[in-house]
Amino acid sequence: MEKKLKTPIDDHTRESLIAGEEVLISGYIYTGRDAAHKLMVESIIKGEKLPFNVDQQVIYYVGPTPAKPNQVIGACGPTSSYRMDAFSPTLMKKGLKVMIGKGPRSKEFIEQLKKQKAVYLLAIGGLGAKLSQTVKENKVIAYPHLQSEAVRQLYVEDFPAIVAIDSKGNSVF
Amino acid sequence: MYTIERKTIVETIKDMFIDSAYHLGEDFVNKLKSSQEKESNQLGKSILSKIIENQEIAKNNNIPLCQDTGVAVVMLEIGRELIFDYDLEEAINAGVRRGYMDGYLRKSMVKHPINRINTLDNSPAVIHYEFVAGHQLTIHAAPKGGGSENMSRLKMLTPGEGEQGIIDFVIETVKLAGGKACPPLIVGVGIGGNFEKAALIAKKAIFRKINDQAENEVDQLLEEKLLKEINHLNVGPMGLGGETTALAVKVNSYPCHIASLPVAVNLQCHSARKSEVILDGKKIENSN
Repeated sequence: MEKKLKTPIDDHTRESLIAGEEVLISGYIYTGRDAAHKLMVESIIKGEKLPFNVDQQVIYYVGPTPAKPNQVIGACGPTSSYRMDAFSPTLMKKGLKVMIGKGPRSKEFIEQLKKQKAVYLLAIGGLGAKLSQTVKENKVIAYPHLQSEAVRQLYVEDFPAIVAIDSKGNSVF
Repeated sequence: MYTIERKTIVETIKDMFIDSAYHLGEDFVNKLKSSQEKESNQLGKSILSKIIENQEIAKNNNIPLCQDTGVAVVMLEIGRELIFDYDLEEAINAGVRRGYMDGYLRKSMVKHPINRINTLDNSPAVIHYEFVAGHQLTIHAAPKGGGSENMSRLKMLTPGEGEQGIIDFVIETVKLAGGKACPPLIVGVGIGGNFEKAALIAKKAIFRKINDQAENEVDQLLEEKLLKEINHLNVGPMGLGGETTALAVKVNSYPCHIASLPVAVNLQCHSARKSEVILDGKKIENSN
């Protein structure tokens, strides 16, 4: 049975997750991929405010297809996480605790993840249509010029994922 | 002489991209299903079921299979008796623009690799032309995702490295790609030619039909050997273990220089979207 998680995920629940466990996430999560990560990290370096407070939050690496008039969102499966490896440690230092994407992460990423007791979850790549059905709200909250790469706040219900790297650094890879 | 009207090209290209973004080919789905039945790794089996379920949801609810609706790749086989009195490339790009707009597909193309400003309509396509006998136009179209393309590789081997060198390079490529290329994969291998020819025939390899075989025996044997070795790597569906790492290996070869042994590996993810249409040219009045 999958473990049900409600965002923001409290410290106790998050730290009890074990690599390999299947989970279902409900609540608000934020989207961001290559371009948004670059902009957010540049903002931190310049001492500017981030488009949302990342403390205790969840970021999902996705750039959805446009929603049709009758849809909340288009296809929205994960993108490869390794491209965010250079940026994630800076965001984790600002309190980001959960990241969702696909594929393995770098050694430096895992080191910072252990320090911050954060977790990395895996969504199954290529399940764009299936995952779109778990998204109930979709609002662009920053960088609209980035189009599909804009930062969005999504409300998800029972979004399926696998614990890929737990807070102790154990990994499924 | 024969011709095909511009509007037919635009409409056909548009429909091909929309259709392929929403539907996987029947043969490919059957291949996924038979692999799911055979897969012994429980997590791998469960992932394959979800991939099969995803294509049903996409088909029934008109949602693209994957959010990465790719670079528009178009391969044309142009019958030699056809003439076009308009800009064929412009017509193809007009079809791509229409398809990505009308089909609610993601626009993933940026104008310049360094400045990275989105073109907002997913044009331009990457187009390859080839001339063949007759008066038909065969169009192959595929929205090619970035994840698997990023894990593709090319190496100029020495002739001395031979077949084993090719095998080692292909295996290394699939291993390095791991879950990042979204396995189960179709592994396209191009051997011979030169630097760009190897890459092009590797790309053409992933356009081949899922159940076909290479044209010559040497390549057929290499396909079998590679598929077996790849599925022993325990990469598995999405890189989490299992024997379903590749659904097929396709090898295309071409003659090459006495000093060279180019090998290119183009990876195709499990969202193997592609479409093929054959258009008949219309005879032009008063022409011979």
